[in-house]
Amino acid sequence: MAERATAVSRLAAITPALAALVAAASLLLHGCGDGSDGDNAQRDDPQSPAASAAGADPAPAYGDAIVFGTIGDGSTLIPMLASDSSSHEYASHLFDGLLEYDKTLSHLEPRLARSWEVSPDGLQITFHLRRDVHWTDGVAFTARDVQFAFDTIRDPKTMTAYAEDYKQVQRFELLGDYDFRVTYEKPFAPALASWNSMMVLPRHLLEGKDINETDFSQHPVGLGSHVFESWERNTRFTLRANPEYYRGRPHIEQVVYRVIPDESTQFLELKSGGLDMMGLTPLQFRRQTSSQTFDRGFRKYRYVSNSYTYMGYNLDNPLFQDVRVRRAFTHAINKQEIVDVVLFGLGRAAEGPYRPGTTWLNKNLRPYGFDPAKAKALLAEAGWRDSDGDGILDKDGQPFSFKILTNQGNDQRLKTATVIQKRLRDIGVDVAVRVVEWSAFINDFIDKRRFDVIVLGWSLSLDPDQYDIWHSSKTGYKQFNFVGFKNAEVDELLEKGRRTFDEDERRRIYDRVQEILVEQQPYTFLYVPDSLPIVASRFHGIEEAPAGISWNFPQWYVPTALQKYTIAP
Amino acid sequence: MLSYLAKRLAGFVPLLLGISFVSFLVMAMAPGTPVDLMTDLNPKASPEARERLEKFYGLDQPLYVQYGLWLGRIVQGDLGTSFSRDRRPVLDKIAEALPITLFLNVLDLALILGLAIPIGIYSAARQYSLVDRATTVFVFIGFAMPSFWVALLAMMLFGEQLGWLPISGLRSLDYDSMSALGQIGDRVRHLILPVGIAALTGLAGLSRYMRSSMLEVLRQDYIQTARAKGLSETVVVYRHALRNALLPVVTILGLSIPGLIGGSVIAETIFAIPGMGRLFYTSVLMRDYPVVMGITLIGAVLTLLGNLLADLMYVAVDPRLRKR
Amino acid sequence: MLRRLLRNPLAAAGGLIVLALFAAAAGAPWLAPYDPSDFDAAYVLDGPSVRHLLGTDGLGRDVLSRMLFGARVSLMVGFVSVGIASLVGVTLGAVAGYFRGVVDTVLMRFVDVMLTFPTFFLILAVIAYLDASIWNIMLVIGLTSWMGVCRLVRAEVLSLRERDFLVAAEALGMKPSRVILRHALPNAMAPVFVAGILGVAGAILVESALSFLGIGVQPPQPSWGNILTEGKSTLGVAWWLSVCPGLAILITVLGYNLLGEGLRDVLDPRLRAR
Repeated sequence: MAERATAVSRLAAITPALAALVAAASLLLHGCGDGSDGDNAQRDDPQSPAASAAGADPAPAYGDAIVFGTIGDGSTLIPMLASDSSSHEYASHLFDGLLEYDKTLSHLEPRLARSWEVSPDGLQITFHLRRDVHWTDGVAFTARDVQFAFDTIRDPKTMTAYAEDYKQVQRFELLGDYDFRVTYEKPFAPALASWNSMMVLPRHLLEGKDINETDFSQHPVGLGSHVFESWERNTRFTLRANPEYYRGRPHIEQVVYRVIPDESTQFLELKSGGLDMMGLTPLQFRRQTSSQTFDRGFRKYRYVSNSYTYMGYNLDNPLFQDVRVRRAFTHAINKQEIVDVVLFGLGRAAEGPYRPGTTWLNKNLRPYGFDPAKAKALLAEAGWRDSDGDGILDKDGQPFSFKILTNQGNDQRLKTATVIQKRLRDIGVDVAVRVVEWSAFINDFIDKRRFDVIVLGWSLSLDPDQYDIWHSSKTGYKQFNFVGFKNAEVDELLEKGRRTFDEDERRRIYDRVQEILVEQQPYTFLYVPDSLPIVASRFHGIEEAPAGISWNFPQWYVPTALQKYTIAP
Repeated sequence: MLSYLAKRLAGFVPLLLGISFVSFLVMAMAPGTPVDLMTDLNPKASPEARERLEKFYGLDQPLYVQYGLWLGRIVQGDLGTSFSRDRRPVLDKIAEALPITLFLNVLDLALILGLAIPIGIYSAARQYSLVDRATTVFVFIGFAMPSFWVALLAMMLFGEQLGWLPISGLRSLDYDSMSALGQIGDRVRHLILPVGIAALTGLAGLSRYMRSSMLEVLRQDYIQTARAKGLSETVVVYRHALRNALLPVVTILGLSIPGLIGGSVIAETIFAIPGMGRLFYTSVLMRDYPVVMGITLIGAVLTLLGNLLADLMYVAVDPRLRKR
Repeated sequence: MLRRLLRNPLAAAGGLIVLALFAAAAGAPWLAPYDPSDFDAAYVLDGPSVRHLLGTDGLGRDVLSRMLFGARVSLMVGFVSVGIASLVGVTLGAVAGYFRGVVDTVLMRFVDVMLTFPTFFLILAVIAYLDASIWNIMLVIGLTSWMGVCRLVRAEVLSLRERDFLVAAEALGMKPSRVILRHALPNAMAPVFVAGILGVAGAILVESALSFLGIGVQPPQPSWGNILTEGKSTLGVAWWLSVCPGLAILITVLGYNLLGEGLRDVLDPRLRAR
């Protein structure tokens, strides 16, 4: 299934860094189960050098190379044009954002912007850029580059899918070479986070060119931690450390991505030294990486990933319109069992749509608990009884039977659906599981609302705005409230949440949203899997944090004695 | 001869038209467009953005117009530009992948021929002998094993456990810093597993074909005559029968070309080789129509040329046909 | 004929394998110790034991039971697709051979197009675009593998048309179409039958290849291809999960091929031993 998974994960699972910063609810579906969580770990969020010093490690040294595996190759290195996760990942080494979430994922930190002010009414943001940043061709980075990127992304001719946030901007004013101000029409709380790495392009190289067709997308000039070195299609993508990087030269001299489409092959390559880092599947983490060889050669990490898996009900279908039915199903499903069987215990049951460990998760949500007897009682209350004695509940002569749909190529979702199938059968509900190719799944089933129940996943964003998933205005064709959830109070709260900047007030708003979601169960929230990266043990300076391990990637190093590859500087 | 060639080449045109039309139809039936894949479940993609993308790729036109436009470009030798975000010419993408696939297949074929012909001859000459039966079972086992399974087992054994051979790819990371000899050695080491396994799975077809072709020839009157004259069995088999038994094998070779290109997707996936099979398959999934059409067309042209070549060789080898 | 077949030990062995397989597939509901979709979270990836003779898979399902039910699916894929291919091939071949002329030319051109098409490409594209349901898989494999049979039947019918007895039959007022049906087709059946037996093996392999790409028969419905594909990712920890389906496919395909080859030797007098 590797192949299918490729396209799916590359297309659907935009990098978390991006997803987080793309403001609104980051609704990018996780297409691929096993691999994608690992991909998430391989993100590169540079952090100030001061923060790195890690324990009694040997002295940091420059040199060596790190080899990553990727299931599919990237396509373009211009972030605003990219639609696959490999492209975003490649480009994340080449470009930086104006600001970025810190390693605890709790607040935004300066990057290319040294500081910023938000006006009291929330309508204006003024950015002050660093004055010491240069494009790798030596030209200084200025506010004009930001303006150029801003104009480009809003240009109707630009083939980007990411323009919406910037269309909320009414005015962009240059206040000098290193300062600019943007004015919004209405207060827009996710605005600040939208000024990410998508928003810089070297004006001196691109002005007057057609951004969609330019060769720059294949041979870019950036200003990030690394410099483009070479790109052999579908084989290898190579980067060099940027010696002039404004946050300090990265220690590891070379970064190589090897395109290896099959996950079993990737794992064999890891074992035999052909790869230095990859995301493990729960099975690999638990059972295949515990030998002495692995302990000596690798270090494993485990932390909460930024996606969750859910079971969504088509609320237009009369079967699921009664909230008692949905609650009954949640009671009938043993979430912990799914975590234990499908994830080998490497994850946690989910009760709502926010990332565990972040401030937005409402800690007072009451879990439903696994309780088949209660589930049966609720179904009986809703009129579902086994009146003909065939073991299947029925109502008005109709047996309770339906299909769970999920996408091809995601082993975890398929297994999840299979476990649910059995649990629902236990309470007398007849369920079939069907797997559909990604594109057909979206176009023929999701978009046309031709489904009963789906098992899918969302990436979790750092901004709590979930307008696109739950607002009743977002139930149209190709929109994301495809379960058809309509709740006046939630609508009002979501609108208010977008216009509110005060964190405490926002938290109260979204806490209430979560309460209603738990009460209404438009989804049965299932689980949040763990990210399970494994890294060759010669790499030092790795520091685990809520953001994962890659946030300080430029500070990773290999002590001179352990260096494996000799890279001529 | 020339008029024969011209006639054959002219015959290609309707065939290629038919093939391209069928491919186009298959894609037109498919749910979803490349635009869907770029914008699906992306909250930032507005309907206007979708429309723009569709127009950009010419997908807003009726089907027959799209096919007409494609055909018009093909006539001028232009395979178009990939729908992928890299916006690279289809020809460039194929030019990267095709040599790899061709090279591997030529190696496979050479190895298969080198093994299959002797096996076939021997089996036929000693029909129902122990060796015949043993080789029969052996070649069929090769054929019957799911290739990705054998490949993985071989990678585990030779790559991981023994460490003799690299696991995947075509070159090592430090290839550029090797000596010329080292570079050749590195390439050979990378080729052993993929080529060996392809040969193993492909051996059955040709060796069995060779065997039955040989059996048939050995029953012919002139062979019986040769035997009756008291010629040794070796002379009979190698001098008289072999040449004629090889004829049908040539034809089969020509016919097997499409399978070689198409079937390589599995091996290319497992060994991480960026060849035509992978390119085709990813393009299918991404709905990258120009690339899919381009590969189908080039694959068909190669097949037709292969068939033509096989026929020409047939004529060259068979004296009876030469007079015509 | 049967005796001659049995005298060839390889063909006899092949026949035995094929029969055993049929028995296993037919008897699956009685032979399988467990429900193939019933899982046991306490026994995930558990090795072969008395409790689970062939171990369990990633959900704790009994591999033996899944293999038995998978045999049904895999055999069905083989037989239905070969059935479709034979039906199409025999019909078109008979029509082309009988009518000759323009009909023959058009049909044979079409055969050429289909033969020139990289078939596996077509299968990939269609399965990826349609839906990898077992019916689509059988249909596509069937519709891309009828060309050989078509040529065989056409050649047989053509050669029969030239013969005296057909002319005589026509002179006697018998409809030539009936003569064809009565005489030509049975003559052509032997090679078609052999091709079919080999085709079943081929289809089983194609299904496993499609499963590797994730577009074969979709789980939770078990097929040998998709069990093997799961086994691929557990190679280091659960050898039984790849060895069982891998060997099953190997033995089955081998059995069909040996039987098919043996039959060919028996049915084709030209290949018979001196």
